[in-house]
Amino acid sequence: MRIVLLHPRLLGTYGDGGNALVLADRARRRGYDVEVVPVDGAASVPQDADVYLLGGGEDQAQTLATNLLRKSGLDHVVGAGRPVLAVCAGLQILGHRFADPSNQAIPGLGLLDVTSGRGAVRAVGEVVAEPYDGSPVLNGYENHRGVTTVGAEASPLAHVALGIGNGDATGTEGAVQGSIIGTYLHGPVLARNPALADRLLSAALGTLEPLDDELVDRLRAERLSAAASARATGRLRRWLIRRRTG
Amino acid sequence: MILAVQPRALSALVAGRPVTLVSGTNGKTTTTRLLTDALRTRGSVATNASGANIAAALADTVATPADQLVLEVDELYLPRVLTETRASAVVLLNLSRDQLDRMNETKAVAARWRAALATAELPLYVVANADDPLVAWVAEAAVDVTWVGTRNSWSLDSAVCPDCGRLLHHGPEGWFCDCGRHRPATTFAVVDGRLETPDGVLPLTLQLPGTVNAGNAALAVAAAAARGVAPVDAIAAIEQVTSVGNRYRRYSVGGATVRLLLAKNPAGWAELLSLLEPSNSTVIAINARVADGRDPSWLWDVPFEALAGRTVVAIGDRRLDLAVRLAAAGVEYVVADGLRAAMAVRPEATAVDVAANYTAFRDLALELDRAR
Repeated sequence: MRIVLLHPRLLGTYGDGGNALVLADRARRRGYDVEVVPVDGAASVPQDADVYLLGGGEDQAQTLATNLLRKSGLDHVVGAGRPVLAVCAGLQILGHRFADPSNQAIPGLGLLDVTSGRGAVRAVGEVVAEPYDGSPVLNGYENHRGVTTVGAEASPLAHVALGIGNGDATGTEGAVQGSIIGTYLHGPVLARNPALADRLLSAALGTLEPLDDELVDRLRAERLSAAASARATGRLRRWLIRRRTG
Repeated sequence: MILAVQPRALSALVAGRPVTLVSGTNGKTTTTRLLTDALRTRGSVATNASGANIAAALADTVATPADQLVLEVDELYLPRVLTETRASAVVLLNLSRDQLDRMNETKAVAARWRAALATAELPLYVVANADDPLVAWVAEAAVDVTWVGTRNSWSLDSAVCPDCGRLLHHGPEGWFCDCGRHRPATTFAVVDGRLETPDGVLPLTLQLPGTVNAGNAALAVAAAAARGVAPVDAIAAIEQVTSVGNRYRRYSVGGATVRLLLAKNPAGWAELLSLLEPSNSTVIAINARVADGRDPSWLWDVPFEALAGRTVVAIGDRRLDLAVRLAAAGVEYVVADGLRAAMAVRPEATAVDVAANYTAFRDLALELDRAR
């Protein structure tokens, strides 16, 4: 299978290239040969890959990546229903518009029905969020100044239990539309959330054999505990206990 | 806190003595030490050898009697310390991602550096790493720049031209952009393990490991030259250095020699991995406390795949994050609870490399010191 990593030199500031490594590892463990294809500069996006990834980056890099992606063929990829994971700046880029440091609106690619602006404060810290589709709780680390509003054509990815997420007072995190999953979570997000990784992989490859995720489950348990003790309210603690035993 | 009460206190303590500041993401402590040793060939030097490089911590060092001062300064504090000490020389090493949750935007830090140089009191000698495009952009704002070729750059962060925003290219002559910006011509440069200087090409045989340290040495020699130390004398002093603080230091523990190494961010780790002996036992310690940066996502930008074939023992607060990273890299791993447990994994090993990030390194150095 082929995993396309879009503009890792520009959109790799927060370790999100690791999402490609996680997907590759999980696919190889199921017997697939995997090629990770970075797309940089003015190169056009391969149309026939299995999964496409965009990561987070700094402001100038985000604007440059957006301009490079405008005529790159990414719209056909999305139109063909290929799975796409867009993290942080990647999420904003796929939307209608986002804001640069001087709060000027920069047009996005318009492939995901979200609109982003610049928040008053930076959202930084551990995030715990419960996906609306009932899949396992998401944990990760956010580090962004974006405020993202999810439009009618998209749905939020998860409900924020701890952290900020989209930051628009809806208490939501991320956005899902068609084959696109957008999130503000780093970690990298797929390293900390194997169910999400497998959701992308099975969208590309079909049914998957389950993997032994004992190590990452230990990491998840530790991260959820750490998040709980760092900023716990009684309500969050009870919610987490219910999740683990229910 | 002195600085909060009296903003001019640092300047009063400096009392007109020459001050050289050393800053950047990686190599501050090492370069400060190398420069200090080079300058000590000509007189006394006060320096913050312990690496206390945040503004408020500098007062103690600055108050020390000595002919001149060499201060390692945290990237965020350089503009302020430059003003308050009225430093007449600055060494700019590099700018890359470090502690993602604190730094946020390396470009913003660079912009503040550039503004500080443009408005600094003269004379100000700037010694700058020509191979770092962001540092080159910063140093252009200065009147007097000595460019040093270190061969050190972390190309992920220098991907975008700081001026026009286009993608940078990297060629045999160094980095360049379609807008015309390119690596400046250098006065000092590391070439084939030797040092080009205005006095000719000189041999450079360091006892500190790694190619990055050759670049740090080049910057130190250039900065020492600005203070009147001949390159050949600076090199002779620098070649005597075997360890910096606790870095590269060897400790005896039981029947084994433990070598302690520090790296803090992807650029530093990529270099450090190449220093790990395959035949040694390998222990990696990762924390994510405030001083380390609370988010260890950067582990996924470190090419741990280079360690395939070895077994790594993972310790530190974030050993599980590290283990997940190693597993995805195809590297065998064992998770252990502390250094003793890590060494018990291979009790017969006589040589152990322990690579750690900032607070893990600090705590291990204390632990190893107490064990002596």
